[in-house]
Amino acid sequence: MTKAEITAEPGTQNITITRDFVATPEQLLRAHTDPDLLVQWLGPKRLTMRIDALEAKDGGRWAYAHIDEDGTEFRFRGAFHGEPTVEGITQTWEFLGFPGVVSLETLHFEDLGDGRTRIHNLAVYPSVEARDGMVSSGMDVGVNEGYERLDDVLASL
Amino acid sequence: MTDDQLDAVFGALADTTRRAILARLAQGDANVAELTALFTMSQPAISKHLKVLEQAGLISRDRQGTMRLSHLEAEPLRDATDWLATYRAYWDESYARLDELLGSLDD
Repeated sequence: MTKAEITAEPGTQNITITRDFVATPEQLLRAHTDPDLLVQWLGPKRLTMRIDALEAKDGGRWAYAHIDEDGTEFRFRGAFHGEPTVEGITQTWEFLGFPGVVSLETLHFEDLGDGRTRIHNLAVYPSVEARDGMVSSGMDVGVNEGYERLDDVLASL
Repeated sequence: MTDDQLDAVFGALADTTRRAILARLAQGDANVAELTALFTMSQPAISKHLKVLEQAGLISRDRQGTMRLSHLEAEPLRDATDWLATYRAYWDESYARLDELLGSLDD
């Protein structure tokens, strides 16, 4: 499972992502909660990442932005629910391009032994429509198109 | 954008015909007869789809003589498509980068 397995069952509000890593649950926890590490991997490489907050504790808030070559910012925010542990992380997740559409994300780190860990990421959206909108075009397109002209994106929807 | 507006946009996009209409309008404005000619569907059926798109703010319709021209309104889509088109690539690339980072971490 070197590619992320992304599932969005029709008619549900869920997206699941499953992925195996050659790492311990402890290392994955660090990679998700240490800003110096998170900034090194989250998001496409061509975007600059800026972390405005990452309070990895019960009730702590997080906020970050992916910034493209033109300086356009894609901002995200949320809060941790419960202490992040080697078992996993529970948090709310909001893309400020769609303010108010908040999903609940549950990350579970499954220790597979042999220094390998499987991430189970479950995101639950507020409506089927919001969930569908968030994934459908991305799953069809499948490759990183970059921020091309709207015409091109529409043609591929 | 409010929840209601967002639901309207996503609801409008959740239909193949309406997405095809938007793709056509991205090439330029068109009237309902021109749009009907593209599909195996009646003109009233196409008009219904146009109404849904108009209510979602994805198109506007102007009367020119006796014909109403449909025009693509890109703004509600711009934020969405910029981000949504890259959902899967986002996670694939992030996790590939995480692999590299994890390889360099101490236990």
